[in-house]
Amino acid sequence: MLVFSLRSLWNRRFVAGLTVLAISLSVALILGVERLRDGARDSFANSASGIDLIVAPRGNSVQILMATVFGVGGTGTGMTWDSFEWLEDRPEVAWAVPIQMGDNHRGYPVIGTDASYFEHFRHSGGQLLSLAAGTILTGDGADAAVVGAEVAVRFDYAPGAVIVNAHGSGEVSFDLHDDAPFTISGVLAPTGTAVDRMVFVTLEGFDALHAEEDAPAADPLDPAAMPTDDHEDHDDHEDHGEHEGTEVKHSHEPDRINAVYVGLVDRTNVLGLQRAINERSSDAFSAVLPAVALAELWGITGTAERAMRLMAWAVALAGMIGMVVMLSATLDTRRREFAILRSVGATPTRIFALIVAEAAILTAAGLIIGLVLLTVATFVTDPILSARFGLRLGLNVFGARELATLFVIFWAGLLASLIPAVRVYRMTLADGLSVRL
Amino acid sequence: MRALHVENLTFNWPGSENATLRIPNLSLAQGERNFLFGPSGCGKSTLLSAIAGVVDVSPGAILVANNDVGALNGGARDRFRVDHIGMIFQVFNLIPWLSALENVLLPCTFSKRRLARAGEDPAGTARHLLDELGLSDPSLVSKPANELSVGQQQRVAAARALIGKPDLILADEPTSALDEAAKAVFVDLLARECAEAGSALLFVSHDRSLEHHFDRSVDFVALNGGAA
Repeated sequence: MLVFSLRSLWNRRFVAGLTVLAISLSVALILGVERLRDGARDSFANSASGIDLIVAPRGNSVQILMATVFGVGGTGTGMTWDSFEWLEDRPEVAWAVPIQMGDNHRGYPVIGTDASYFEHFRHSGGQLLSLAAGTILTGDGADAAVVGAEVAVRFDYAPGAVIVNAHGSGEVSFDLHDDAPFTISGVLAPTGTAVDRMVFVTLEGFDALHAEEDAPAADPLDPAAMPTDDHEDHDDHEDHGEHEGTEVKHSHEPDRINAVYVGLVDRTNVLGLQRAINERSSDAFSAVLPAVALAELWGITGTAERAMRLMAWAVALAGMIGMVVMLSATLDTRRREFAILRSVGATPTRIFALIVAEAAILTAAGLIIGLVLLTVATFVTDPILSARFGLRLGLNVFGARELATLFVIFWAGLLASLIPAVRVYRMTLADGLSVRL
Repeated sequence: MRALHVENLTFNWPGSENATLRIPNLSLAQGERNFLFGPSGCGKSTLLSAIAGVVDVSPGAILVANNDVGALNGGARDRFRVDHIGMIFQVFNLIPWLSALENVLLPCTFSKRRLARAGEDPAGTARHLLDELGLSDPSLVSKPANELSVGQQQRVAAARALIGKPDLILADEPTSALDEAAKAVFVDLLARECAEAGSALLFVSHDRSLEHHFDRSVDFVALNGGAA
């Protein structure tokens, strides 16, 4: 019966092909929307894992999260170093990492921080950042820079390369800090998170760059403004790195920073600390719980997600209707065919089954081709999505929910085919063997 | 055992007052070739439908190879039809998207009896039948049916009716789309192959020039005397 249906469909391969295409597009769309959503959520959640609190000048928590963790947008005016030290000295705080922002390197966000960032930042369920090449900011000069995997690949950077940053966050900027170049000391291994798209420089280097901006008349050859390559200084920095512990010392103390990543000794204290920070009167701060801010963000994007999902299912419905139209439209011209089949012993039930089998083949082919389309589309768009938004879909294996979706579409196809199949059943009973058209 | 035995058959289409068929007696012996003639629209096709079990008749009225057609229910009738009867229509006998050979083999896919009677190699039997009917060219045999000429299609239909040696072959004006020369050749071939297969043939036509190919000829109007 299946072979028979296949032959019959092959006879109408053009229309059948279009029907399959419509179904496969809807399948790819439905699964694609879900994967995009899950990919975005995973990617965001992975980027923010391991940070208990983000402290930044008072502002919207989603905005602070986006700016600090994903390098999208900015935060309010800076925090003083005193506030940072106050925070760092709190008993609940295990570690605090200063963050400076506001510059970009050819469109990629530049983060000013220190070596503690690489000791404490966790991604993708608790993994530390690892180096693909070179060394981390410790022990290098103030002009050291560490670049994320994607930045390195995009511009073909390796340790030793000299880069120049620009002010602001746009990709096109004329305000280049070309008088304060950085030398790449390390390249990070890919993480699949926003870190891949970031350029890390020392607090000192970040400040030096803006000090010069503030004093445009300064002699570019002035050794005070230029990063030094002093070996004694070098060793000094390394010592600081090794002495990380209860008494944290920072190699450079900038006037102002943009945010602080905070890790707690005991995570259950997070709400208490958050209240303490929010209530501090000397500086207006917001303490953001990444998970809560993410939930808020998903609340905002939820409507768009639902709209997209609805659209995808609407396309699926259109595909199903297309199939019913195709099967129904050919029924009249196939009446003779059915009469012949009956004359050689096919029961009306068998002819009914023939139509359902055709629908099953069309739907199944639609599902398979839809999956192929999705895989190809993922393959093609993955580099673009990862470059633009730092999210990676990956060629993941099917989840239970995806299988359930495919299952639902398949049964919807069979159910839809009952409409023409019932018509055929009635028609063959009424026509008998004598169809004269 | 008779190939066909009709006794006291009456049939009227639903909603019709007058009986379309009122046949006291019609009988075909095994392998007998019967020519049934009469003008168009007098109920010949209805008789064939009744024999093939497509329309409902009362039990006992029609026996095909000792099977009481009226006593069978829906699915059993479809099986009975393909087991015992081969059919040839006026035109459009073939599934257009199957090859000539596949069309011939159709009854064997729906009937174990026909498959068993088609020999050890049903495809070989089908080729042999097509060959006997003048379609020996292998390229014709594997062509889709809708690419054959009308005459070729009717011969394929005849081969399909004959495969697996059914007890009775019903032919409903199979020559009406053929020209004079082709008609005679077709009927001649059909008669010969029926004889070889041992199948009885009930050949319905309005064209009495074909009468001499048959063992017996019956005037349908006279046979159906009681009907309006």
